[in-house]
Amino acid sequence: MTDYSYPAPTMSPDTRPAPSRYGQTALRWLLFTLLGLFALFYLMPLFVMVTTSLKSLEEIRSGSLVAFPRDVTFEAWRTAWSGACTGIQCEGLRPYFWNSVLLAVPAVLISSFLGAANGYVIAQWNFRGANLIFSAMLFGCFIPFQVVLLPMARMLGLMGLAGTIPGLIFAHVIYGIGFTTLFFRNFYVTIPSDLVKAAKVDGAGFFRIFWSIFLPLSLPIIVVTVIWQFTQIWNDFLFGVSFSQAGTQPITVALNNIVNSTTGIKEYNVDMAAAIIAGLPTLLVYVVAGKYFIRGLTAGSVKGLMQ
Amino acid sequence: MIAWLERQIPKMVLAPSFVAILIFVYGFIAWTAWISLTRSKLLPKYELHGVIQYKRLFASPRWETAMDNLFIFGALFIGISMLLGLMLAILLDQKIRVEGVLRTIYLYPMALSMIVTGTAWKWIMNPGLGIEAMVRGWGFESFTFNWVIDPKMAIYAVVIAGVWQASGFVMALFLAGLRSVDGEIIKAAPVDGIPGWRIYSAIILPSMAPIFLSAFIVLAHLAIKSFDLVVALTGGGPGYATDLPATYMYAMAFSRGDIGQAASSAMVMMGVVFAIVVPYLYSELRAKHD
Repeated sequence: MTDYSYPAPTMSPDTRPAPSRYGQTALRWLLFTLLGLFALFYLMPLFVMVTTSLKSLEEIRSGSLVAFPRDVTFEAWRTAWSGACTGIQCEGLRPYFWNSVLLAVPAVLISSFLGAANGYVIAQWNFRGANLIFSAMLFGCFIPFQVVLLPMARMLGLMGLAGTIPGLIFAHVIYGIGFTTLFFRNFYVTIPSDLVKAAKVDGAGFFRIFWSIFLPLSLPIIVVTVIWQFTQIWNDFLFGVSFSQAGTQPITVALNNIVNSTTGIKEYNVDMAAAIIAGLPTLLVYVVAGKYFIRGLTAGSVKGLMQ
Repeated sequence: MIAWLERQIPKMVLAPSFVAILIFVYGFIAWTAWISLTRSKLLPKYELHGVIQYKRLFASPRWETAMDNLFIFGALFIGISMLLGLMLAILLDQKIRVEGVLRTIYLYPMALSMIVTGTAWKWIMNPGLGIEAMVRGWGFESFTFNWVIDPKMAIYAVVIAGVWQASGFVMALFLAGLRSVDGEIIKAAPVDGIPGWRIYSAIILPSMAPIFLSAFIVLAHLAIKSFDLVVALTGGGPGYATDLPATYMYAMAFSRGDIGQAASSAMVMMGVVFAIVVPYLYSELRAKHD
């Protein structure tokens, strides 16, 4: 795929047969107005979330949705983090935030490592049937998870992992392998096979070549895969709500419970603070490593799928 | 012997993943397919009873609503996201100095969980204190925007939140596509006196057909799997006005204790996904061999 963060040849307005310089300027203004309006559309919910979370309930009821807070208070943030009720328990998001961390870190590492190993085999040690196996894995990326939800719930029960964080890790690893393998396979397939041949002549074995040659080359694709998997797993709701129980729920499930908790009055400021807390880790990853985030998003779709 | 073992290493490395996929994807699909042909309620029963669950499913008004909603949501969500994404990509492609910042702004919703998106939009669109109250506060006393609580309009509220989340992604896809079009052709066109909009409509867009297809596939896939967005935004309500197949399946599986229905609805969902994805994968594979 093309990395569009580099300047690439585009149409220049200067080379176009423009009607007049006046018209040119007007068009330019129209362009910026449109782009600015859309920027407002995308930013508005974030703005509303942040300002609402900093207002008191009283101010929310009396003021406008888009008004800046008059008296900034962090009370809602404190409640969201350590006091809001998710059903009968009122411990805030904190325990669930750590659940999500405990769940995402191992699941991301294991699925990425398996993807690297699988991709290495499929791209560089092709044996008869390897491509068929790859197609079978790829197919698994596309199934709606609803079709495996019931048997997985039973299987986790049989394995003694029902309602546990290891159970959730297991599910995320299994259904993450398809994408991680795809990412690494498509990356390794671009490395000339002569490299492996030369290394073999020098007496290096399968694992030695992987550790000393391929892994050091893999940094870009490792970043893409880790970001992709982290975003998927942190943001997951379906597995979280199906395979966890009170106490082991990930943050998305806890957030939904806080928002839909029927006890007491509706605290919109707490809801918004909780939503921001739940969204912050992936948002941070996006801001810090946006280029890799986009590569992951597009890798599975722009022709990259089967190259 | 050792040489033979060494040759088997790649296979042994791949084997665990392969076995896992075989069991947890294909085996589980087979299990769900089997259960969808039984009278299973709270617990699975393995005695086959034909297509009785599918008959029940297609006779259920709730499922009919869910499928109608999928069609409405899918068509609007895909259509508007594509149009908006394409438009933003073309606008951004006009040598804008702040392009990087704007791109970041347009795409950030994609990094958020649909639960976060749903929670935010539920607050923004709530009639009592949200947009409706805001516009009324400006003096337009009769302004109403209560889609989230109106059974007829609630599904369109889901479309708004969905488009907000995914259109930036389509923009990124199209922008990547625009940048990969051969620059020489584009440079030559103005010299020949071809106006700017014609360059897009006659040269650039037709060459991006594969990207339209990719965007369509990804969005369709997102639409069919949409579950969290509806749960967070409307909870499937009012009543079951915004139920989608995914929420129907979940309700049957985990709150109604009707796993026969859950299994049959999951199989129909898979059928819909494959009707869209399989021709795509097939054409990609064929393109590779040509």
